[in-house]
Amino acid sequence: MDYANYTMKNLNPSFEEIASMTKLLEYPFDIGVLMRKRRALRTELSRRTAAIDVRIALLGGSTTNELRDFLELFLLDTGIRPVFYESQYNKYEEDVLVDDGLLRSFAPQIAVVHTTWVNARLPDPLAPEVEVDARLSAELARFEAIWTKLIDDLGCTVIQNNFDIPLERSMGGLDASRRDGRASFLCHLNLEFARSSQRLPRLIINDIAHQSAVVGLDRWHEKRHWFSYKLAVSPAGTVTLAHSIAAIVRAVYGKTRKCLILDLDNTLWGGVIGDDGLAGLRLGNETPEAEAFTAIQLYCLELKRRGVLLAVCSKNDPKIAQEGFSHPDSILSLEDFSAFKAGWGQKDEAIVEISHELNIGFDSLVFFDDNPAERELVAMRLPMVAVPNIGSDPSNFVEILDRQLYFEPLDISAEDLKRASYYASNTQRNLVQASYGNYGEFLDSLEMKAEIRPFAPVYMDRIAQLTNKTNQFNLTTRRYTLGELEAMRCDPRYLTLYGRLADKFGDNGLVSIVVGRVESDELHIDLWLMSCRVLKRELEIAMLDKLVEQARKRNIKWIQGTYLPTPKNGLVADHYEKLGFELLNSNEQGSEWKLDVLAYTPKNTHISEDNNE
Amino acid sequence: MNEILDRLQPIFREVLENNDLVITTSSSAKNVEGWDSLAHINLVSVIEQEFKIRFALGELETLNNVGDMIELMKKKMKR
Repeated sequence: MDYANYTMKNLNPSFEEIASMTKLLEYPFDIGVLMRKRRALRTELSRRTAAIDVRIALLGGSTTNELRDFLELFLLDTGIRPVFYESQYNKYEEDVLVDDGLLRSFAPQIAVVHTTWVNARLPDPLAPEVEVDARLSAELARFEAIWTKLIDDLGCTVIQNNFDIPLERSMGGLDASRRDGRASFLCHLNLEFARSSQRLPRLIINDIAHQSAVVGLDRWHEKRHWFSYKLAVSPAGTVTLAHSIAAIVRAVYGKTRKCLILDLDNTLWGGVIGDDGLAGLRLGNETPEAEAFTAIQLYCLELKRRGVLLAVCSKNDPKIAQEGFSHPDSILSLEDFSAFKAGWGQKDEAIVEISHELNIGFDSLVFFDDNPAERELVAMRLPMVAVPNIGSDPSNFVEILDRQLYFEPLDISAEDLKRASYYASNTQRNLVQASYGNYGEFLDSLEMKAEIRPFAPVYMDRIAQLTNKTNQFNLTTRRYTLGELEAMRCDPRYLTLYGRLADKFGDNGLVSIVVGRVESDELHIDLWLMSCRVLKRELEIAMLDKLVEQARKRNIKWIQGTYLPTPKNGLVADHYEKLGFELLNSNEQGSEWKLDVLAYTPKNTHISEDNNE
Repeated sequence: MNEILDRLQPIFREVLENNDLVITTSSSAKNVEGWDSLAHINLVSVIEQEFKIRFALGELETLNNVGDMIELMKKKMKR
């Protein structure tokens, strides 16, 4: 990829204006200014080209207009253009369960069930315990019916609010401790919702119990707005709520950020290691400052453990910078970083190198630095990199980063837990590659084994994740929800394949997907993508061999491939040509290619097939 | 009267996203384009923030136009 060019294209001339506007969509929110500028902001954001359109059904237990407006702003800001369906006020249940065809014909990809405590059918105060338990089961069953219909019948991903708690407590503190207390009942229900979400992969809980606490219950609830407009959450609360739902929608479409790039001096430790020396760094629990920096390191380590990549970008002598992690109180060690850039060059240039090395785009990066000048430079030169204004007080750094919801996960998969080690193994592979003169010999030395099979239920989450986040090695960049992919798996008109690749340095996991649609004796390839961590390993050749083999079994004579160019997938412009397809036509919208199935001979020589069931 | 109206002018323009809008004391939701219920919530929130006042439940429903609103605001600001 031509990174220099890519950067230039995205440098908007009116950067400062737009930056100050979209800053409004960053935590902490200035509700007054946001309310005032929301229409102007909408006009500005609507001008941008959105990467994807998403159909969202807002099923409200209260008025949803405010939520719709703010959700739209947050989504547009991240390149998602939402199209909304709104249920009538408090008709969320009927809308789903009484099928009048309206919701079905809207065909939502995502359903947001916007309920709050006012929608929970609470037990009567002083009700006997058995009645409270029966009510709890009934409430859970009521919501389960809604989820089942939305997920199984309408094929959408469901975002369900859990419950906030009311401000007033007629039983005082007992409200939280007696079984019939409202806060107690809602907490129990929240636990049941959480359990259901662990069981149903397409049910995602939006934690308004947390959001309402962050905003403060007395700001979250505004009774006047409830009585006048049936708004269950105040405008201020709605901004935080919409921000969170937008982060979940981003995650569903694989637009969660992937890598946290960290400065060192006065960011990961107190002090300047070049001046203060290793012994002079503030880390550990001796002083308040040291404790604050230790807490930052701990938070970063937790991110890394669940699959967020860490990288260093520091103005330092490389040796001295590395030495910092040998501090006895350093929680992070050098091995925790997938990339390490210390030097005296400009930080934006180092970040371009990191993006290149890790093969991830700028829109997957977050830059975390205490120095406002560095933040300004990076924000200006690389507008797609997220640069939170973490201020200058280290006790607030984690909170400000955390509240931006950059790394919102849908779940934590086995894939996520191993991610950092994949990148570490890649460094090893690169070293080995350098010692081989012939690239084929190098590939053989990796002892690669691939498992290439039709989609299997156990892999569907990973397949959806990969489909929605792969941008570079992706021929069509079509996005599908888990439900849509599941439908293809079961539909005989589709031919699906996934590819897993392992080698002597480790397992790369499930890294490639092909989906073909059968039309008489032709197979149209709707989707062909691959994770960049296995680039140039000839896995695509092994995938094609398998695709042809499967196509023959179905008496398919031709395979037709399509390449749809985007700013990010130039890498695969000649994918079909390299694989021996014949060009049918080509214009600026893309190109179409054809392969004769009967004349094809298998081409893979470096990867053996792994047939272990 | 005029001082409050002058401060309201840019708020109405921004919230309703209409740079040519001129608000007078006789302006109301009936005769100002885009002043719907959603814009109303927005206007009230912004005015409350800007003037550090708070309208009670039902107070705004009794007002006929911006002039009435300014009178009510004056009373609240004196307190």
